[in-house]
Amino acid sequence: MPGTDALTRLQSTGQFALELEAVSRHFGALVALADVNMSVKAGERRAVLGSNGAGKTTLFNAITGDFPTTTGRVRLFGEDVTDLPSHERIRRGLRRTYQISLLFNGLTVLDNTYLACRGVTRGRFSLRRPKRDDSSLELAETLLQAVHLDDVKDKQVAELSYGQQRQLEIALALSGAPRLILFDEPAAGLSPTERTLLVEILQSLPAHIGFIIIEHDMDVALKVSERVTMMHNGRIFKEGTPEEIENDSEVQELYLGQGGDHG
Amino acid sequence: MDSRGLFSGSFSIKDVHPAILITAVFLVAYPSFATDFFIFQIGAYSLILGTIALSLMMLAGYGGMVSLAQLTVAGLAAYLMAILGDNSMGVMGLGWPWWLTVIVSVLGAALFSTFIGAVSVRTEGIYTIMITLAVAVAFFYFVRQNYVLFNGFTGFAGVEPPTLFGIYWRDPVPFYYLTLTVAVGFFGAVYYCARSTFGLALQAIRDNPRRMRALGFNVTLHRIVAYFFAGVIAGFAGVLLVWFNGRVSPGTIGVDVAIDILVIAVVGGLRHPVGPFLGAIAFVLLENFAIDLIDRERFNMVIGTAFLLVVLFSPDGLLGLWNRFRDKFRFRGNALLGDERVSKNDPTSTGSLEKN
Ligand SMILES: Nc1ncnc2c1ncn2[C@@H]1O[C@H](COP(=O)(O)OP(=O)(O)OP(=O)(O)O)[C@@H](O)[C@H]1O
Ligand SMILES: [Mg+2]
Repeated sequence: MPGTDALTRLQSTGQFALELEAVSRHFGALVALADVNMSVKAGERRAVLGSNGAGKTTLFNAITGDFPTTTGRVRLFGEDVTDLPSHERIRRGLRRTYQISLLFNGLTVLDNTYLACRGVTRGRFSLRRPKRDDSSLELAETLLQAVHLDDVKDKQVAELSYGQQRQLEIALALSGAPRLILFDEPAAGLSPTERTLLVEILQSLPAHIGFIIIEHDMDVALKVSERVTMMHNGRIFKEGTPEEIENDSEVQELYLGQGGDHG
Repeated sequence: MDSRGLFSGSFSIKDVHPAILITAVFLVAYPSFATDFFIFQIGAYSLILGTIALSLMMLAGYGGMVSLAQLTVAGLAAYLMAILGDNSMGVMGLGWPWWLTVIVSVLGAALFSTFIGAVSVRTEGIYTIMITLAVAVAFFYFVRQNYVLFNGFTGFAGVEPPTLFGIYWRDPVPFYYLTLTVAVGFFGAVYYCARSTFGLALQAIRDNPRRMRALGFNVTLHRIVAYFFAGVIAGFAGVLLVWFNGRVSPGTIGVDVAIDILVIAVVGGLRHPVGPFLGAIAFVLLENFAIDLIDRERFNMVIGTAFLLVVLFSPDGLLGLWNRFRDKFRFRGNALLGDERVSKNDPTSTGSLEKN
């Protein structure tokens, strides 16, 4: 875990996509995040593991600004964004998916994706209906092809299968020009085939796009990530390469010994 | 109906539902067979109330923001007409040319609406209603006590539309066509813009503000801009209202009337811009003719009961009733009450987004 000095030094080189400095989040008496320090390089692929209630989703909410942090600073691409609202962080290249899909159920798949592409460009307040050759619309169509949803693009989200909704979650996070994407358990509830597809999508992302993935499925997590962060009770207690983490005795004890521990 | 999709730009006369043509012909030909009373007191008045309710429908139906202050916004425009233009009370009446008065009044109303939006959009549901109600009540007492600007309890009389092209615009037939033009114009604008990027985003914000933030949308600003547009609509309606009445006083903008507007919008239906006009026609007809059947005191009870019945039995208002009726009789197409995305499985769907 790098100290504050290291953070400051590395920040000036601008090679970090994300830096968290002593970030805490309390819910009443519950400490969901305790003094978390973390840095993710630009383009890095990071997995965050931990038991239920470890604080992984809370960590994402702190990074995106969905919920304000109680203390600490959040830096994105070298810029302190702690006091910036969510949408400003998104416009700087941050994206996320939600553990429980948050989609616009009454809109078509294409409309959902169109809004995601429009959200990070100009013309959000346009009173005109988008034309067929609208750039955001074209981008949305391309994205839907990439996640294999192009043949259901005119369906309403409510009509999609669970797996397709998860794929749409990912499409929304890929919109615009993302630089750092936070995936919150994208594989949960997917069939083996859909999992393979997901891994393919993640592995085929351009190298400059970094991501952090929360994943209970070790197979998926270790396949797509270069580094792993282990969380427990709102704290980071281990960080390393997938091999280091797999072979770590403490981790094995926690994961195998207390596998049924759902906090 | 095939799924033409939201983004198809093509439009042909074949897409126009026969019901739209019939309605259009009826609205245009109406003065040729109706009496002056029906043209002015029923026709024009319904269109004005419908336009005010339209501004509420836009905020509540597409934006999920129930504002009780839309009548107050219209009322400010009405007052500004009397203050900046001419009135017969010897108070204010700056005598500005009519066109400048109209522009400034509408802009003033739109800014007032924007201000109301700015103080209320961070709240949700019941709190939005409370804040906008507070604004409505505060403005009511303010104009009643302020004699310098607003001439207090008496308000203003003698506010007239201009005589243009040799036409006195307060005569029933010209005034009817004037209100029809404004109402149809805003109806069309709201209908069209509901599918624009702005409108689509507004409805998405209604359904899921958190996700919209995570897509890069400034939810607060978007809502405030919606209040601005609603203010433009209400402002124009306020101009028509003061020309219709010839006068404006605190009674014009009382809380009872503000609630009438809410009733009109809800009874008519909040899911399609035609709803407020259906509600307004029903309301004005009831207001004028229920009196013949029951005495004045009981009128509010009739309105209240009608409101309850509609809310209980057809959450989508008269519009929902119509849709169910239409579905039963398998009307071909659905151009009148929705666009290409009306779901066949949902009889109450009108093409706007579903509420989650
Ligand atoms: N909005 C909230 N209000 C109160 N407590 C919360 C809230 N969100 C999370 N918590 C609590 O914070 C702790 C961490 O929750 P979090 O959702 O971050 O866990 P997680 O690691 O994502 O778990 P899971 O694997 O189950 O998704 C939990 O004890 C949870 O109950
Ligand atoms: Mg979680």
